[in-house]
Amino acid sequence: MNIHEYQGKEVLRQYGVSVPEGKVAFTVDEAVEAAKELGTPVVVVKAQIHAGGRGKAGGVKVAKGLDEVRTYAEQILGKVLVTHQTGPEGKEVKRLLIEQGCDIKKEYYVGLVVDRATGRVVMMASEEGGTEIEEVAEHSPEKIFKEVIDPAVGLQPFQARRLAFSINIPKELVNKAAQFMLALYKAFTEKDCSIAEINPLVVTGDGNVMALDAKLNFDSNALYRHKDIQALRDLDEEDEKEIEASKYDLSYIALDGNIGCMVNGAGLAMATMDIIKHYGGDPANFLDVGGGATKEKVTEAFKIILSDSKVKGIFVNIFGGIMRCDIIADGVVAAAKELGLDRPLVVRLEGTNVDLGKKILNESGLNIIAADSMADGAQKIVEQVKNA
Amino acid sequence: MSILVNKNTKVLTSGMTGATGLFHTKGGLEYGTQMVGGVTPGKGGTTVDVQLENGETVQLPVFNTIAEGKAATGANAHVIYVPPAFAADAIMEAVDAEMELVICITEGIPVLDMVKVKRYMEGKNTILIGPNCPGVITPGECKIGIMPGYIHTPGHVGVVSRSGTLTYEAVHQLTTRGIGQSSAVGIGGDPVKGSEFIDILKMFNEDPDTYAVIMIGEIGGTAEEEAAEWVKANMTKPVVGFIGGKTAPAGKRMGHAGAIISGGKGTATEKVATMERCGIRVAATPSEMGSTLVSVLEEKGMLDKCITKK
Repeated sequence: MNIHEYQGKEVLRQYGVSVPEGKVAFTVDEAVEAAKELGTPVVVVKAQIHAGGRGKAGGVKVAKGLDEVRTYAEQILGKVLVTHQTGPEGKEVKRLLIEQGCDIKKEYYVGLVVDRATGRVVMMASEEGGTEIEEVAEHSPEKIFKEVIDPAVGLQPFQARRLAFSINIPKELVNKAAQFMLALYKAFTEKDCSIAEINPLVVTGDGNVMALDAKLNFDSNALYRHKDIQALRDLDEEDEKEIEASKYDLSYIALDGNIGCMVNGAGLAMATMDIIKHYGGDPANFLDVGGGATKEKVTEAFKIILSDSKVKGIFVNIFGGIMRCDIIADGVVAAAKELGLDRPLVVRLEGTNVDLGKKILNESGLNIIAADSMADGAQKIVEQVKNA
Repeated sequence: MSILVNKNTKVLTSGMTGATGLFHTKGGLEYGTQMVGGVTPGKGGTTVDVQLENGETVQLPVFNTIAEGKAATGANAHVIYVPPAFAADAIMEAVDAEMELVICITEGIPVLDMVKVKRYMEGKNTILIGPNCPGVITPGECKIGIMPGYIHTPGHVGVVSRSGTLTYEAVHQLTTRGIGQSSAVGIGGDPVKGSEFIDILKMFNEDPDTYAVIMIGEIGGTAEEEAAEWVKANMTKPVVGFIGGKTAPAGKRMGHAGAIISGGKGTATEKVATMERCGIRVAATPSEMGSTLVSVLEEKGMLDKCITKK
């Protein structure tokens, strides 16, 4: 799960990670009021959306005085920001972070991730702050330093110092930087983050080490033990259909194409998207109904697909293991009858109770095109959509 | 022969008294697996009656701890169906009880819990399969997990996969061509897990009864690339592959916690290229996993001895 920068900074502040003073504002007046309360000569007005690249898109402005805060807040609030992470449609700004300005001496990068190869949390640091770490990794990998963390003892001060020295933090600030890293690691593990990126980490003129930006992602499998983090979810930032799907514990991701897919199992769902593409079609979504789906769950899944006006045809691809084919068939028939099936539907069923499933579909009176295999089904739906 | 499990494997189950655990315990018994008991803290000393399709009833004992269950039943394998919040603890308990093999079916375990489990397992001899996996089957001998048993047939092709349903798809494509399987192993879709591709490939390489292997990967991480390099350097048997997620957008988690392209790494294109370079023929579509293996076996003159069901 993603959260906003201002929320991330609040979480970090709880752990003693040094961040600039700031307040969230939902209106222009709130923005001016927040700046007044901060009382610093320079204030930064920052657009809050779940995407990087905001500065380049005009979503971050430095204001000298309250009039400028008002002007910038008016400009940015309600604006649709298009960055390299939002897609061409962009994202509307509904919240601002009003933050004290900092006297930045130098920018660095610090990040934490779970490394698959070692099965451990790794802290990365670089002198190349402000640039995306992927870019640094590509052009100057020697400038990225890593510490693999033993979960039994956690990040050790010597490791943090080693990173701080490696990235050339001024030596009088090395201990402060190390404290910062230790606090960041504590926040990461206690809140079950999947990614924590501080880019940039800055050293200021008055001798501080601070997180100027903060990107925290949380492990959705661990949210059950963090009610406070769950409360930070911003539904405005998510796809409506994805929200609806998550209510029913369906794994759904919206894509750009026009063939709706309903599949059981994540691997098979991905492979179904691939095979549609292979035959010249374009999937409209990834949808895994899971192993233990009920008739109701299948019905909801089908509704979500049909609610997408981009969808010109539907491909249901099921390999029933625990998931019985008759349950899928019941759900499909119930949803199609309830909503009216106005688009071509190709169904491929295989596995447990396949004959019963096929019988239910055949006797439903619905116009369902049966497929013998994944390839057959993919070809048929691509054909149908082309002719539609 | 086979890998990991066979007719002598005795299985103890964490979560057997829950609906999912009970359902699949029955499935195991129906398949002929030696399911010897369950572990539910606080329910030790009770028994569970499992009604089989043929009318027979099997009574299984329940224990408070895994160590106790192991001592009483002689179990050497442990399967876990408990909810995600308790699964890491169950794995560590099974490791502490020195189970030879632990299979964790549970999906949705927090990744930092698995980081601790991996650390805990260092220096211990237990093999962990999963979590978030369908389990392991040696057709005709032993089924541990949630896969549909009837699609399998005994034989000589090993299957290893990060995805459950794609494993079924591959097995089905083999069985319908008369090609049996030595063992099929789902290693699971999580980023931090017990066994990786290389661990299973090594076992298949050393198993005299496995003649060829299908390896099914997906986007995210670099495990497939590492496995491909290992195959090139060590594998004496043909390997064919498939990678799911060619069309997946970057930064989106495709159901499995591990199936995500991040920072331009872990794309299907990269994986397929490395595998092909290392001599693994990769099926262009998931429908062609079986036929790709057949063509490789034909070229090597191995098809006849891999057909075990006429």
